[in-house]
Amino acid sequence: MSSAASAALPRARVDMPIDGTRSAAIAPPVGASAESARRRAGAPILVVENVSLRFGGVQALQDISFEVREHEILSIIGPNGAGKSSMLNCINGVYAPQQGSITLCGEALRRPNPHKVARMGVGRTFQNLALFGGMTVLQNIMAGRNFRMKCGIALQALRLGPANREEVAHREIVERIIDFLEIQPWRHTAVDRLPYGLQKRVDLGRALAMEPRLLLLDEPMAGMNVEEKQDMCRFVLDVNDEFGTTVVLIEHDMSVVMDISDRVVVLDYGRKIADGPPQEVRGNEDVLRAYLGGAAARGD
Amino acid sequence: MKRNPEGGPVPGGDTFPALLLAQAERRPQAPAMREKRYGIWQTLSWREMTELVRDLACGLAEAGLARGEHVVLIGENRPRLYAAMLAVQSLGAVPVPLYQDAVAAEFVFPIENAEVAFAVVEDQEQVDKLLEIRARTPRLARIWYDEPRGLRNYAEPGLESLQALIDAGRSRHARDPGFFLEQVGRIRSGDVAAIFFTSGTTAEPKGVVHTHASLIDRARAGARFDSLDEREEVLAYLPPAWIGQNCFSYAQWLVCGYVVNCPESASTVTIDLKEIGPTYYFAPPRVFEALLTDVTIRMEDASLPKRWMFERFMRIARRRVDAPAPTPARPSPLERLLLAIGDVLVYGPLRNALGMSRIRVAYTAGEAIGPDLFAFYRSIGINLKQLYGSTETAVFVCVQPDHDVRPETVGVALEGVELRIDDRGEILIKSAGLLKEYYRNPQASAEVLTPDGWYRSGDAGFLDASGQLRVIDRARDVGRLRGGPWDGAMFAPKYIENKLKFFPHIKEAVAFGDGRDKVCAFVNIDFEAMGNWAEKRNLSYTGYADLAGKPEVQAFVLQCVEKVNADLAADPQLAGSQISRFLVLHKELDADDGELTRTRKVRRGFIAQKYALLVEAMYEGRDVQYVETQVRFEDGRTGTTAANVRILDARTFPALRKAA
Repeated sequence: MSSAASAALPRARVDMPIDGTRSAAIAPPVGASAESARRRAGAPILVVENVSLRFGGVQALQDISFEVREHEILSIIGPNGAGKSSMLNCINGVYAPQQGSITLCGEALRRPNPHKVARMGVGRTFQNLALFGGMTVLQNIMAGRNFRMKCGIALQALRLGPANREEVAHREIVERIIDFLEIQPWRHTAVDRLPYGLQKRVDLGRALAMEPRLLLLDEPMAGMNVEEKQDMCRFVLDVNDEFGTTVVLIEHDMSVVMDISDRVVVLDYGRKIADGPPQEVRGNEDVLRAYLGGAAARGD
Repeated sequence: MKRNPEGGPVPGGDTFPALLLAQAERRPQAPAMREKRYGIWQTLSWREMTELVRDLACGLAEAGLARGEHVVLIGENRPRLYAAMLAVQSLGAVPVPLYQDAVAAEFVFPIENAEVAFAVVEDQEQVDKLLEIRARTPRLARIWYDEPRGLRNYAEPGLESLQALIDAGRSRHARDPGFFLEQVGRIRSGDVAAIFFTSGTTAEPKGVVHTHASLIDRARAGARFDSLDEREEVLAYLPPAWIGQNCFSYAQWLVCGYVVNCPESASTVTIDLKEIGPTYYFAPPRVFEALLTDVTIRMEDASLPKRWMFERFMRIARRRVDAPAPTPARPSPLERLLLAIGDVLVYGPLRNALGMSRIRVAYTAGEAIGPDLFAFYRSIGINLKQLYGSTETAVFVCVQPDHDVRPETVGVALEGVELRIDDRGEILIKSAGLLKEYYRNPQASAEVLTPDGWYRSGDAGFLDASGQLRVIDRARDVGRLRGGPWDGAMFAPKYIENKLKFFPHIKEAVAFGDGRDKVCAFVNIDFEAMGNWAEKRNLSYTGYADLAGKPEVQAFVLQCVEKVNADLAADPQLAGSQISRFLVLHKELDADDGELTRTRKVRRGFIAQKYALLVEAMYEGRDVQYVETQVRFEDGRTGTTAANVRILDARTFPALRKAA
């Protein structure tokens, strides 16, 4: 049963990156030996070059450049209004930056639009939940398969042969996601009757249903209690581990960021002020100043 | 449902692997196990099951498993783990199932004690636990896991997926096709089939050794008693390391050939229960209690007419159930009509909502079940019965017969069981299902197994007039009255205390009487329930001690005590345990003061010492006693409370001689 499972899982990779810089807060698996723990980040999957974005007189992003390598977990952090969500929206194709370029899997986003980006393999979750409240967990995640359905609306409505076969195949993938996120007890529960932490999980499930290569998570742990956060961290790590999905994460909880990221990009007033592994960023003076004000960084 | 008139299990084979082969030969395509995976019940037929067992056995042999060696199994109920158990037995080796929810350190003793080199576990969680204790279990060389999730990057020596073991076994089978059957043919029914470790609360756990013969004998006896056959559906949701689950979803599964269903996950059990609709069901009292609480809460939210209907029909049904056993005369036509309407409107829908529509036989055991709880399930038409047995007796000792269920007993001795009550009141058992020994613990074995083949249960009880067994207490707590009108009568403190505690207004009770001329008791009121009661009567009080000292409250408790006495008097064996005098304690018994254990059991000896003044006052016949007690507050400070505690006399009744 489970052997068939891994074969059919979206993009299950044999040459999985081996996770290395995991921290203590989310206890590292006992068996993952330190020797083989060097993460093999792949080629850049997303390259952001000199991106600037203005809303009238507001300079939301200014000359931002960074790249995301395949299989890594990258966090974008910064104080409120630093431009994190704007950055995500640019990658996602919601906003078109006035300057600069964004290259996704080697293909430049010239005239970006969210549909096209989604088809290119970018999934995302939202800061404010955007689930269909009256629909069940199953239906919500199934909605994420929409892009991958080939049969037209007429066939689907009439439940004709090919549409039925397709539905079964998609349902199978959705069921694997439900199993993966451990939400089986709520399969047929309407989403708005679920607690917040579970809704976030469903949101992640819907993004996963697209079988994304790149997953954008906008504050997946906002408003959660400690236990829910730990669960969510575990799922993000597992997604990255099992499917090799690259993750770009916006998060405010510093302990989470430092624990699960391979690399951290720090924004402040639309500029990039740091970029590097968590340990490095933690000690960066500019970062301390942005978060704690000038005095703290000077040490007086 | 129409049953096979002969009922009972199919013969064939006296070892578990032989039973499997017999089932597979008889009904190769019939479902053996189901597991819900990815939202669908996936079925494994008897033939597929046999092939899986064969491959696993060949793989284990390839890995070097030899006859008589032990293999640890840890996990939830999953078909592949049950198959692994059969595979281990096929090679003449011994499976040792351990509790999947135990912490890592608890695995050390069994693994070392049984010199285990191989383990088959469910998932990453269990693998992590075994790796955590690897330094302390140097013999443990190989670990196979069923669920690969999260284990991809583990580079531990000896760690492999169960699938790899199956694949290795399959190629071994291709090379040597006769190997598996030859191995199965070499097992004898007297060989050890499994070791079950019992949780040791005080000392190290003990490994209970059972043979194929002992487990199969009891499984067959139980199956014959309830005419179980291959049409039963069972949901396996309790730990497989517990002998009860092992009996229902392994021994009896193989003996009867019914279908065992494994739930999707621990959190979906109630949903899976409804989908499967088991016909044969087991649950400890706490599960029944949780289900009833759920029903009660939902009923409170229901509309007024529904609530009225529910209460009305539950009263009607309850009257039937409370009628004394054995099943009394036919109900009157009116009663029958009401019951039929109730079945359509209330009982049927309730059974359906609980997932119990198809239940033919349901058992509860493990601890005392409250009479109300028991009566509720029986009154909505579920054939809930009590069962008496333990790990050492391979579960089945006594069972309540379908048409003679008496709530206070655990039923009649099952076929093949001999019961004896020794002069101390301890229950001795002789059957073919007794344990062989405690593994590597001759001293403990000698303590429970007498030279002439009896097993000392450690429970005190007696056979009542109808020949049903009543278990009343742990044998070491049972005492005797000395002097007075009841000289020499048996005194079972826990039995009396439980009877008092079944009243919602009584929280704790402590009974004294061993070596005394009469039984006296302390009663602790339930502050919340009693407080509500007082408020409804416009009775004002300042705190616990004040409420406990109210004459009205004490009069109320007196009624409860006298009800208990009337109950006890109905029973010639226990009539002597009637409570002559009691007091309502001015202070709540508390674990912080050492009066209760952390699991809320009364520490009788400690209390007798601490409140010696009050105990003596009761026996000396005083009416009031002044007492000062030290109490420990939650912040760690101590203080004293003082009170004049009133001692009350309760009416006792002459023992009723049963006409029967």
